[in-house]
Amino acid sequence: MKQKLVVIGNGMAGMRTVEELLKLEPDMYDITVFGNEPHPNYNRIMLSPVLAGDKQIDDIILNSLDWYRDNHITLRSGAEVVDIDRVGQKVHDSEGKEIAYDRLLIATGSRPFIIPVPGADKRGVIGFRDIADVDTMLSYAANHKNAVVIGGGLLGLEAANGLRTRGMNVTVVHLLDSLMERQLDKPASALLKATLEERGLSFMMQAQTAEIVGEDTVTGVRFADGSEVAADLVVMAVGIRPNITLAKDSGIHCERGIVVNDTMQTFDPKIYAVGECVQHRGDCYGLVAPLFEQAKVAANHLVQMGISRYEGSVTSTKLKVTGVDLFSAGDFNEGEGDETLVLQDPSQGVYKKLVIRDNKIKGAVLYGDTIDGTWYFTLLREGTDISAFRNTILFGQHDLGDAGHGDASASVMALPANAEICGCNGVCKGDIVDAIARKGLFTLEEVRSHTKASSSCGSCTGLVEGILAGTVGEGYDKAPSKKGMCGCTEHSHDEVIAAISKSGLKSMHAVREALDWKSPDGCASCRPALNYYLLAHWPGEYQDDAQSRFINERAHGNIQKDGTYSVVPRMFGGLCTADELRAIADVSDKYQVPEMKVTGGQRIDLFGVKKEDLPAMWRDLSEAGFVSGHAYGKAMRTVKTCAGKNWCRFGTQDSTGLGVQLEQLTWGSWMPHKFKLAVSGCPRNCAEATIKDFGVVCVDSGYELHVGGNGGIKVRVTDLLCKLDTEEEVLEYCAAFIQLYREEGHYLERTAPWVERVGLAHIKQQVLDDAETRKALRERFLFSQRFAQIDPWKARAQGEQAHEFTTLKIA
Amino acid sequence: MTDWIEIVALDEIPKLGARVIRTDMVDVAVFRTSDDQVFAVRDACPHKGGPLSQGIVHGTSVTCPLHNWKIDLASGEALGPDEGCTTVFSTRVENGKVFLALKADEAAA
Repeated sequence: MKQKLVVIGNGMAGMRTVEELLKLEPDMYDITVFGNEPHPNYNRIMLSPVLAGDKQIDDIILNSLDWYRDNHITLRSGAEVVDIDRVGQKVHDSEGKEIAYDRLLIATGSRPFIIPVPGADKRGVIGFRDIADVDTMLSYAANHKNAVVIGGGLLGLEAANGLRTRGMNVTVVHLLDSLMERQLDKPASALLKATLEERGLSFMMQAQTAEIVGEDTVTGVRFADGSEVAADLVVMAVGIRPNITLAKDSGIHCERGIVVNDTMQTFDPKIYAVGECVQHRGDCYGLVAPLFEQAKVAANHLVQMGISRYEGSVTSTKLKVTGVDLFSAGDFNEGEGDETLVLQDPSQGVYKKLVIRDNKIKGAVLYGDTIDGTWYFTLLREGTDISAFRNTILFGQHDLGDAGHGDASASVMALPANAEICGCNGVCKGDIVDAIARKGLFTLEEVRSHTKASSSCGSCTGLVEGILAGTVGEGYDKAPSKKGMCGCTEHSHDEVIAAISKSGLKSMHAVREALDWKSPDGCASCRPALNYYLLAHWPGEYQDDAQSRFINERAHGNIQKDGTYSVVPRMFGGLCTADELRAIADVSDKYQVPEMKVTGGQRIDLFGVKKEDLPAMWRDLSEAGFVSGHAYGKAMRTVKTCAGKNWCRFGTQDSTGLGVQLEQLTWGSWMPHKFKLAVSGCPRNCAEATIKDFGVVCVDSGYELHVGGNGGIKVRVTDLLCKLDTEEEVLEYCAAFIQLYREEGHYLERTAPWVERVGLAHIKQQVLDDAETRKALRERFLFSQRFAQIDPWKARAQGEQAHEFTTLKIA
Repeated sequence: MTDWIEIVALDEIPKLGARVIRTDMVDVAVFRTSDDQVFAVRDACPHKGGPLSQGIVHGTSVTCPLHNWKIDLASGEALGPDEGCTTVFSTRVENGKVFLALKADEAAA
């Protein structure tokens, strides 16, 4: 028997709550939504582009009528709720109907504040709130000349700009002496005003409206000082007031807004409220991000999961007002005892100010160049001490070589067309801009597939996004459209992993069926991923699917650009003997290997080996005592070591010996991505242990464990995990850490992003804090190794998988 | 004149996999889908000549292991925004054996 949910209000906050609720428990409620506009839920923020002519109404609908129908939501648009009977748990609507509820969600939003001056009720005086207002403005623009916008805030300026592009003479009236005083300080406001005046807007600052004049329809606006301005249309954009009349009349406690607690409940526990009508911890919000956070929390409680809290939002404002980039966050007006750092270039239209206290950012205002807004906001939110880079902080976070932070549009668009953007694929800026223009590309995915830019290592993603934003402008949607692990499914990696481990899915077929895969065979992305997840969670039970392995792992060698392979025998800890070297040299001669090279992983690579020769070569190497180096796999790769205590005058421990033990423990294991270890014999760290997935730095009193380091494309230094006393402990903790990564990492996620995603605290909790958990992890790793630590070369030298290495000859 | 040449038993091609036939003129990759359809294309990706036989097979297409181009096995055409085409060869399966149609001058002696 479904419960009944009544939602009063069909706007962005209310419908986002319903969406979040449906994601969690689609069948829990019979939902009825009341909305007083004759439209399904639309993006109110996009009304400005609709007014200016950049978008149509259809473009801004968020939930179509089909969505309501498909989700069995009864939408009553036009009928209003006039009364809430809280005791009887029902609402009455304007048509006299009575609808019972188990839970009620009030999302009545806000209404524009109309200044109560004489004449405010004349025809031609409107707010700027909904589609009806936009329709009115468009019809006036077609037939009339003069518009006055009262209110020089964000909304007022957007309205003024829109009306001006539609051909009207527009005057903006503002009570204070600087525009957008809630988002900008005086200098930035002045720059904005100058830009807008150049565009043809007129301003009357510090002007107090006294009366709207005219007969039934408005003809002008008169001010307190007696002056007057002609107007056919007056738009009031002086603020919004939460819509709380219905709530108040029903006895729900309100102050400026409907008062809610951290679970979005009103004083009546069966009644929730979200959005602009709400007051939470004294704050009312008019920006969309906090409202979406509230929606998520409300949904969580409406489905009785009860684990989420809304604690208020720290907001930053990033806007494009009439084409100008603006950013502000925190307390951007400096107070007593605050310092300011300012960078100003008026002729370029750039103004950046940081308000600092105790070497921490308290507030920021950026005009014209907002690339670093996100970075400054992060520093502000995290309370980062900026003293180390204080003298360059205003120049921004990176030079252009780095991956996406903040909005790169301004400076990347200044690059010449022949500037190389994507180093892996040799794509220059002009290629990308061309493709976007000629082929009408809108998303990062489209740019990737059409130009290859950002489709290999991904470091230039931020630059590509900047070019998209700069070329496509308003139409560019940065948010990823799906979180699915590949094109075959909407499910994320975490969802798939959970399904496999908790629902006992033990074959790819079972997974694809249980999770509604869109293609029966999967694709080149998900097949290897699923194969790994199944192997990792069901060792010994799941039969590895060779045809789902990338060629390197199937052929146990690295494929090269000409179709030959490279062969890397394993050298434990980087050690080798003269006999072993002779064996490698002999193999190289026998099979006429064109090139041999020493690798960074402290072993030897044989290049140019023909695939058909691999099994025979492996047989020879196997007889010499070598096993596969797994240089080709999403697997444990190498353990690099330094000379250590056995030889080095600085060595504190036997780093080489420990390295060999670690390699003997871990070789052969399959991982979400390649995994590299190292052991350094002293803090000089000659084995570079601090850029390894798992590194040991020996010290006089023991062993420091370091995790989550990556060399390569995006270098990350390790986090210190702990310090141990004995080699046995190092091996135990290593096994536990590796198993945790194997069970939680997303396929193709190196330990560095994994550690940052789950947090070092989580890893410490699993591996350090609880000895039982650690032991269990280690046991699972050792169990898994029973099936994984088998030399693939030897098996194939003896004839396994022969078809992989034999070409057919014509009979 | 088209010769139908017997090359391999169907079972010796792994499902969702391929075998390579080497002739003096050309390498041919023979694919088997999950529902036992057989396709043959020149074992060279139109992009940079990568060995399509080594790629992951899905449905009736294969992803080239070198740079991830997807090739439709029936037509030899690259899928999606990539453009290019590799040669296709006709095949036939009879009594569990796969036959390949090679023009006389493409077959090895």
